[in-house]
Amino acid sequence: MSYTSVLGGHRHRFENLARLLAAASPERSGDRLAGLAARSAQERVAARWALAEVPLTAFLTEPLIPYESDDVTRLILDGHDTEAFAPVAGLTVGEFREWLLSERADAATLAALAPGLTPEMVAAVSKLMGNADLVAVARKVRVVTAFRSTIGLPGRLATRLQPNHPTDDPAGVAAALLDGLLLGSGDAVIGINPATDSPRAVRDLLELLDGVIRRYAIPTQSCVLCHVTTSVDLMERGAPVDLVFQSVAGTQAANASFGVTLGLLDEAYEAALSLDRGTVGRNVMYFETGQGSALSADAHHGVDQQTVEARAYAVARRYDPLLVNTVVGFIGPEYLYDGRQILRAALEDHFCGKLLGLPMGLDICYTNHADADDDDVATMLTMLGVAGASFVICTPGGDDIMLNYQSASYHDALYLREVLGLRPAPEFEAWLASIGLLDEGGQIREISSEAHPLTAIGRDLAA
Amino acid sequence: MTHLPVHGGDPALWPALRRHTQARIGLGRAGAALPTRHRLELQAAHAAARDAVHAPFAPDTVAAALTGTPTVRVRSAAPDRLTYLQRPDLGRRLHPIDRSHLPLGEWDVVFVIADGLSSRAVHEHAAAMVHATAARLADTWRIAPVVLAEQARVALGDDIAHAMGATAVVVLVGERPGMSAADSLGAYLTHDPHPGVTTDADRNCLSNIRPPLGLTYETAATKLATLLDRARELGRSGVELKDDTGALPG
Repeated sequence: MSYTSVLGGHRHRFENLARLLAAASPERSGDRLAGLAARSAQERVAARWALAEVPLTAFLTEPLIPYESDDVTRLILDGHDTEAFAPVAGLTVGEFREWLLSERADAATLAALAPGLTPEMVAAVSKLMGNADLVAVARKVRVVTAFRSTIGLPGRLATRLQPNHPTDDPAGVAAALLDGLLLGSGDAVIGINPATDSPRAVRDLLELLDGVIRRYAIPTQSCVLCHVTTSVDLMERGAPVDLVFQSVAGTQAANASFGVTLGLLDEAYEAALSLDRGTVGRNVMYFETGQGSALSADAHHGVDQQTVEARAYAVARRYDPLLVNTVVGFIGPEYLYDGRQILRAALEDHFCGKLLGLPMGLDICYTNHADADDDDVATMLTMLGVAGASFVICTPGGDDIMLNYQSASYHDALYLREVLGLRPAPEFEAWLASIGLLDEGGQIREISSEAHPLTAIGRDLAA
Repeated sequence: MTHLPVHGGDPALWPALRRHTQARIGLGRAGAALPTRHRLELQAAHAAARDAVHAPFAPDTVAAALTGTPTVRVRSAAPDRLTYLQRPDLGRRLHPIDRSHLPLGEWDVVFVIADGLSSRAVHEHAAAMVHATAARLADTWRIAPVVLAEQARVALGDDIAHAMGATAVVVLVGERPGMSAADSLGAYLTHDPHPGVTTDADRNCLSNIRPPLGLTYETAATKLATLLDRARELGRSGVELKDDTGALPG
């Protein structure tokens, strides 16, 4: 069905729900590239007026991508919890925004609502929300997950320590790992993007990380971010896999371009669960997503990039993941052109993921051909910290020498914890205290790194 | 876990570790933040990368360096840098007027020098790569005039080769600048390209051509010439074409 509204003396018509959502989206280069963006600023607002009147139930009866041809659509509709949806079932998108901002929508109510929401509903309401709205609602939602550390508790911010190296050199990885640990990073995961997907190379990295975690009894988990099939293969051969990683997207065709099906993910999930390597929890999956991936794979079906991104969260939540993060500025300026667009996407993705019940973190990042810099990272970090992000990705000095992009630094996480009074995951915090890295105020002590026993990590591997 | 006593260590630790990685480790702190020196070093690296992305392509400079080699200049359908960065589709298509500049012929290969995301890489390395590669090809190779392409992405080479009637295309393109290198050149070989049909899986790629720290011209040109020969024998390029001279990056 089509949607219309009158604004600026014109009657604006949107031929279907997908076009309406796309036109209502805040401006970004990727939607223009796809030919889906509003053609004028007034058309964009006209679309929002029309969208505000759409009942939430429309998203259950008018699939954006056909049920018959897309398994993500089937996953969303078949898994919809009508009972959980009941409190908001009578609302329009505009009324839903006001309900979310109201006191009625407290942490317990929002947690109970999550299974009743679809990605399209949360994407739709996000398009009516300002940046401050996205922070205010997201910060009410707590999603707690655990493996060897507990992620997402109130007042906590975890970090992924990302010690990448362009050739997976063990000494180079260990050096960056040591640097991160001494700066209090790594409670969400110690996660490496490998230079190759070769099982041998991935296994070497897994054993390196497992060795360090065991030797120093660090209450955290490791992950080498290889393809899910490689993880399955390595688990069968007894490699120390804590978390299974996979990049996922919001359409069946986009997932196919990643070499992923729901069946494959099911298999990997069961295998990781059966290893039972967690100590305080059994969340064993780690997913990354990012706006633009479906368009990049020519698999977006005429749906705007933010809505498709939210659909990826339906895939993720099937597996009770420990961690999910959007790699928000990695994809480049043809999808998110500048710091303003990257910030908006970061807030949307965090909001949508949290409302759908995911332990949402972020890789707050940019590439050198985007119009963004380290000041944009600081702005995003601060807003996402206030919004209650579960974790952020941290790299040495904010510069990833393997993936060639800039992300937050270990220092940035120190800043965020300091200014917002946020603390690491409790198990990891206790560990930091036990090795003398916390000061009286609970902040990471500035030490002479050469005089700390952890430096044996570096000495052994550099020798 | 028991408390580990703090003990004295090796003051040369970070310098020793830096031999194993270019990662920005052991930077120290100013409160929670980076010390001034390291903040400015990061900014300097980013500035070099930004300038490389936005530096205008200077085809005259490249043409002058290609002494004795005929050249022809084209633009993509992207009219300026801002559009180019946001519309990769336009960077893959020839400007309609410039299409007519391209000479049709019985060419076995055309070299396309494309500014890509780093004009600097192209200015510094592209002409030398054309010379080094051409010198390694047998006399049986009919080499087209070198095409200098502005606001160009790799797939523009498909459109160019098609318009000229060339069997294979080598696109020498400025790679996206990183924080440690803003002058890295990539080389993409495509045999029998078809605009809009050819995909990245149909190409073979050499990355990080950037002597002396990256691949040297001699090494890259030898690999490229070998790949061209094999693609001609096999009748295709891409994932099925292996490079026996060493592992391909990327």
